[in-house]
Amino acid sequence: MKAKVLLSLILLCGGLAAPSARAEDAAQPAPAAPAACELPSYLLSSEAQLPKVADAIKAGKPLEILVIGSRSTTIPASEDASYPARMQAILKDKLPPSEAVHVSVEIQSKKTAEEAAASFVKLMEAKRPTLVIWQTGTVDAIRAIDPDDFRGAVTEGVSALQNAGADVVLMNLQYSPRTETMISVPPYLDNMRVVAQEHDIPLFDRFAIMRQWNDQGQFDLFSPSRGPELAKQVHDCLGRALAQFVIDAAHLGPAQQQN
Amino acid sequence: MTIADQVTGSTIAGAKPVDAKPRAAAPAISLPAIGERELRLDLFRGLALWLIFIDHLPTSLLTWFTIRNYGFSDATEIFIFISGYTAAFVYGRAMLESGVVIATARVLRRVWQIYVAHVFLFTIFLAEISYVATSFENPLYTEEMGIMDFLKQPDVTIVQALLLRFRPVNMDVLPLYIVLMLALPVILWSMKWKPDVTLGLSVVLYVVTWQYDLYFSAYPNGFWAFNPLAWQLLFVFGAWCALGGARRMSRILASPVTMWIAIAYIAAAFYVTLTWYLPQLSHLMPKRLEQWMYPIDKTDLDVLRFTHFLALAALTVRFLPRDWPGLKSPWLRPLILCGQHSLEIFCLGVFLAFAGHFILAEVSGGAVMHAVISLSGILIMWGVAWVISWYKRVADKSGAKTKNAVGNADMAGGG
Repeated sequence: MKAKVLLSLILLCGGLAAPSARAEDAAQPAPAAPAACELPSYLLSSEAQLPKVADAIKAGKPLEILVIGSRSTTIPASEDASYPARMQAILKDKLPPSEAVHVSVEIQSKKTAEEAAASFVKLMEAKRPTLVIWQTGTVDAIRAIDPDDFRGAVTEGVSALQNAGADVVLMNLQYSPRTETMISVPPYLDNMRVVAQEHDIPLFDRFAIMRQWNDQGQFDLFSPSRGPELAKQVHDCLGRALAQFVIDAAHLGPAQQQN
Repeated sequence: MTIADQVTGSTIAGAKPVDAKPRAAAPAISLPAIGERELRLDLFRGLALWLIFIDHLPTSLLTWFTIRNYGFSDATEIFIFISGYTAAFVYGRAMLESGVVIATARVLRRVWQIYVAHVFLFTIFLAEISYVATSFENPLYTEEMGIMDFLKQPDVTIVQALLLRFRPVNMDVLPLYIVLMLALPVILWSMKWKPDVTLGLSVVLYVVTWQYDLYFSAYPNGFWAFNPLAWQLLFVFGAWCALGGARRMSRILASPVTMWIAIAYIAAAFYVTLTWYLPQLSHLMPKRLEQWMYPIDKTDLDVLRFTHFLALAALTVRFLPRDWPGLKSPWLRPLILCGQHSLEIFCLGVFLAFAGHFILAEVSGGAVMHAVISLSGILIMWGVAWVISWYKRVADKSGAKTKNAVGNADMAGGG
C-alpha cells in the first residue's frame, strides 16, 4: 500500500513538473498570435509527415486544402471567422507570397464517419486537393456508433482519400465540458488515434488542445454565452494551431517559410 | 441494504436454526468458515466507489490519484469482481441452506432494487439534460447539442430507458450489474454442481463473445458500453473465488513466481500508460507492440485489462493479509463504511457527479472549486454511509424481537 501511495505521489509530482518543463520548449508562436492561443509544443508535433504538401510548396505549386467537417467546423453566421478560414489566412501569412493557398470546406452535417466516407471518391474527383483535413467523430459519439464500426469507417475513409492522391490529417472532436456527462467521447478519440497510427498520418488533437486552453484558463469553455465572441476566438486559435501543425508536419525549412 | 452487509457472521448464523439439517449430498462448493467480516472487500469496494465518483467528474488534480492512470484496469473491475464475490458468498449460502427457489427469489428482489435505483438516476439525468438544453446556447457547441435530440421524442426514449436500452453516459454500470445479477441464480446453481466447469464455461462465453463479436444492442443505435457477455467473466471469477476458489489458489498466490510476474506486468502496464501522458516517451514504444495492443477495449473487457486486474489482486492479497490491523484503523473507516453500502453509495456517487458538473458549469469552473466539489462529494458519501449504518443498527435492534417471533429468517440475508 505504501509503495502505491509513493508511486502515485511521484507520478503526481512528475505530472505537475512536466507542464512547466514543456512550456520552455513551447512552439514559437507567430508574432501576432494572441497569448490565449499558446500551446505546449507536443500538442502541435507529429511524427507522421505530409510529403505531398512539402513537394507542392517546394515546387511552387498551389496548395489546395480541403477541410471535410461537420457543424463544428464553422461558426453559425460567421464563416469567415471559422478555423478553416483562419488557417488559410495564417498559411498565406507564413508561406512565401508566391505560394497560392486555397482552403475549401465541405460540411457533412449530421453525418457519421461512415456516411461521410461514402462521398469521398466523388468529392476527391471534383476537388483534387493536395491535403485533406478530415474532422470527424462528433456525430458518431452523439449517436453512440459502435467504436469498432467507427474505426472501420475512418480507416476506409482515410484509404479513399490517400488513394485519390492526397495527404491526410485527421482531426478529432471538440472538448465540450458542458456535454461531458451526456456524450461518451474517449472511445472515438482512441480509435482515431489508432487509425492515424496505422496509416502513419498526423492527428490534430483538437480535443486535447481545447482542453489545455480550458484547463490553463485561456478560455472558459463552460461558458453558456450566446454571443459568437468566444467561438470566434477559439476558432482563431484553432486555425493558427492547425496552420502551424501542417507546416511542421510538412517539415518546411525556414527557406519555405516567410516567418 | 447491500449484499456486503450480509457477509457478517451474525445474520447468517441467525438464519441457521431454520434449516440446520445438513444436505444429504455434500455440495461441490465449500464456503469459507463463518467468521469475521471480510473487511478487505469492503475497503476496496469503498475505494472503487470513490474512484468511480472522481472519474465521473471532469478531470482535475484528484483524477491523478485514480488507478486508471497507472495501468490498464480501473475501478469498474474492482467493483464488478467484489460484487461477484459478495453476491456468491451471500446467495450461495442461501442456496445451500434454503434451496434454489428461495435463493432465486431473493436474488430477484435484489435485482428489482438495483433496477429502481437505475430508473431514479435516469430521472435525475433527464432533469439535468433538459435544463442544459434550454439554458446553454454557446455557438461553439451547436453540434454537440445534437445530443438533446432525443428530448424531442420522450415517448420512445423513456420506454427505451426502462428497457435498459437507452443509457446515458456514466449510467452503464448498474444495467451491467442488473444483467449479471439476473444470471446469478444460474451461475450459483452451476457452481454448486461443479465450480471449475462453471468458470470454464464463463471463459468459453468470453472467448465466443470476442470471436463472434456478440453484444447487447442499445437505443438509438450502438451497443452497451459494458458488454455483459464479456464482463461476466470477472463476476463469475469473483463468485468462483468466494466459493472456495481463492483458498485453492492460495498456493499459487503465495508463490514468489506469481508475485514477480504480477510486479513485472504492472510495471509494464504502468510504462505503457505513461506513454499516453508523456508523448515524449512514445517513440520508445515498439510500433509492432502498439499495433497489437491498441485499442485496449473497455466495452469487451480486454484481456490486458483483465490480467492487469488479476495482477493487482494477486499483489493485494499477498501484501494485505485479512487480519492486517490497519483495517480497523479509524483512517480507513470511511472507505469501509462506503464499501458496506455499495448500492446506495454508488447511486449517490453518480448523482453527486451530475451535481458537481452542474455546479462547475453554473457557478465557476476553477481548480479550487473542483477540489472543493470532489472532497465534499467524498465527505457526503462517507456521511450518508455512516447514517445508513447507524439506521441499520438501530432498526436491527428494534426489529430483532419481531423477526425472531415470526421466524421469518428467509429475509435475513435478503440484501
